[in-house]
Amino acid sequence: MAAPEPAAPAPAAVDERVARTGPVSRLLARPDLGALMGAIFVFVLFSITARDVHWASDLGIWSNWGSVAAYDGIVAVPVALLMIGGEFDLSAGVMIGSSGLLLGLLTTRADMNIWPAMALVIVFGMAVGFLNGYTVVRTKLPSFIITLGTFFILRGLNAGGTLKLTGTVAINGIDSAPGFASAHRIFASTLWSPYDFSVAMLWWIGLTAVGAWVLARTRFGNWIFAVGGDPVAARSVGVPVARTKIALFMGTSTVAALWGIMTAIALRGIQANEGVGREFEFIIAAVVGGCLLTGGYGSVIGTAFGAAIIGMAGQGIILSRWDSNWVYLFEGVILVLAVMLNAAIRGRAQRWRSR
Amino acid sequence: MSATARDAASPLLEVEELSKYFGNVVALSGVSAHVNAGEVTCILGDNGAGKSTLIKILSGVHQQDEGRVLVDGVEVHFNSPRDARARGIATVYQDLAMVPLMSIWRNFFLGAEPTLGPMPFRRFDLKFAKETARDQLAKMGIDIRDPDQPVGTLSGGERQSVAIARAVYFGARVLILDEPTSALGVKQAGVVLRYILQARDQGIGVIFITHNPHHAYPVGDRFVILNRGKSLGSYPRADIDQQELVRLMAGGHELTELQHELESMTAEVSGP
Repeated sequence: MAAPEPAAPAPAAVDERVARTGPVSRLLARPDLGALMGAIFVFVLFSITARDVHWASDLGIWSNWGSVAAYDGIVAVPVALLMIGGEFDLSAGVMIGSSGLLLGLLTTRADMNIWPAMALVIVFGMAVGFLNGYTVVRTKLPSFIITLGTFFILRGLNAGGTLKLTGTVAINGIDSAPGFASAHRIFASTLWSPYDFSVAMLWWIGLTAVGAWVLARTRFGNWIFAVGGDPVAARSVGVPVARTKIALFMGTSTVAALWGIMTAIALRGIQANEGVGREFEFIIAAVVGGCLLTGGYGSVIGTAFGAAIIGMAGQGIILSRWDSNWVYLFEGVILVLAVMLNAAIRGRAQRWRSR
Repeated sequence: MSATARDAASPLLEVEELSKYFGNVVALSGVSAHVNAGEVTCILGDNGAGKSTLIKILSGVHQQDEGRVLVDGVEVHFNSPRDARARGIATVYQDLAMVPLMSIWRNFFLGAEPTLGPMPFRRFDLKFAKETARDQLAKMGIDIRDPDQPVGTLSGGERQSVAIARAVYFGARVLILDEPTSALGVKQAGVVLRYILQARDQGIGVIFITHNPHHAYPVGDRFVILNRGKSLGSYPRADIDQQELVRLMAGGHELTELQHELESMTAEVSGP
């Protein structure tokens, strides 16, 4: 048999080919498109239903829902990366309380300066994340179960520990710690009077930018997609699967600890049950943002839109003069719609060629 | 190229009298084979013939109990797949080690991403990765529409081809292909066979494992037929025709016996 021309394109390959991909289907292939469309829809919805206020033009209202979105959005960034990496962290919400309480203890009981106390809280966050990740990687049990355990352990510690030490269900007086003023300026101040945008929004935007860059533009980002998409294949080509997953768990707990610090400083104290239940909002933001529950696919930018939807829902429902309990129903409906929309968009993206 | 000089001296990869036992099961017994640079050696055999055991020894997953493995005429011992890879022996398994939801270029460089810049800002060199993936695939004659396409949207044959191109790019001198055509349709199998020839023409020694003599014959330079762990011989292409290959592969007289048996069964069924 004659050798083929080295550079000749394979004729059979031409037969297999279907139409070239247009810019429209390229756009539809983006995981964050559904979240953007959802955010626009929710924004328009409330500008119609919240008739008594200027929903769209009042920057004070933007500031309100923006800070709610920012708090959820900050932790949703590492939660989304973790979900793309194929894992869950149900302890992300309760970690906020644990970290805030630890900061409170260190500043009010051990009389520490707030800056070294914050450094210790961050180290605590990294340690909890390492334990979560290490346990998941070593036992090969679902992270859902492992972190549910962490959730309840921390929840018990938060409530029991606080009551035992203070006799109440909160730690107050963090603002008397040395260094509080400078910490407050960086973590809990507001900008642009009279609208008073929360500085947390800057943290949110910054963390989203860093998360998106890491995911799309770094070697570690490539590994995140791989360990979530197919860990066996990833390992066989030399991706350090265990190390990548542990790093993702550490990122989640550490950012949750950061939120605990920010909350404790903003409120000048912290409740023992702070953050409980929030973990689901992070997961909703990530799923609305296009992250696949099974891992391997998703977007950090989309997750920011998901957090914006949650922020708008909380404010919009109140300003529409509906009972605030409808927020949960609204978030549930948005979650289900998002999952279905994502599935449709992804299905379309994968039908680039008919098979 | 210096490759030709080396060829004359010794084969790129050679095994001599290889045996492997699992407990009291003889998986492989006294098998010899070799592959030269720029040639395709086909290992043929039915299920249980010992093909998988042979590849696993060659790729460092198993170690032989008897016999020698030689690279460039020098005896080597592979204690792990990494040892084999370090010697330039790349194995492309059926599962392919690719992540379906990731794009072609992300998969191509997975685990060996090229980077740019100093540490805190070190980033994945996307431009280089996309261009290189496209160029390397074009070099193999694989004209992909878009390197951003997820690997899951490729056909089975195209996926095999990307895996082959990746192994070639990362310095494989010997490419071991484990049943690359078995799960494919006729046309797709043809695509993969063409890439086997492309790899051969780049001076790579290809070991092509298959149970299909119709896939092996058109591309092979040498045929090693395994049956129940034993070699039925190593035939250069000139010494064997396709019919003989099919006959040997099916176990020769065993096939004739089976034919008789089936005929007598048919006679019974269609009888009164």
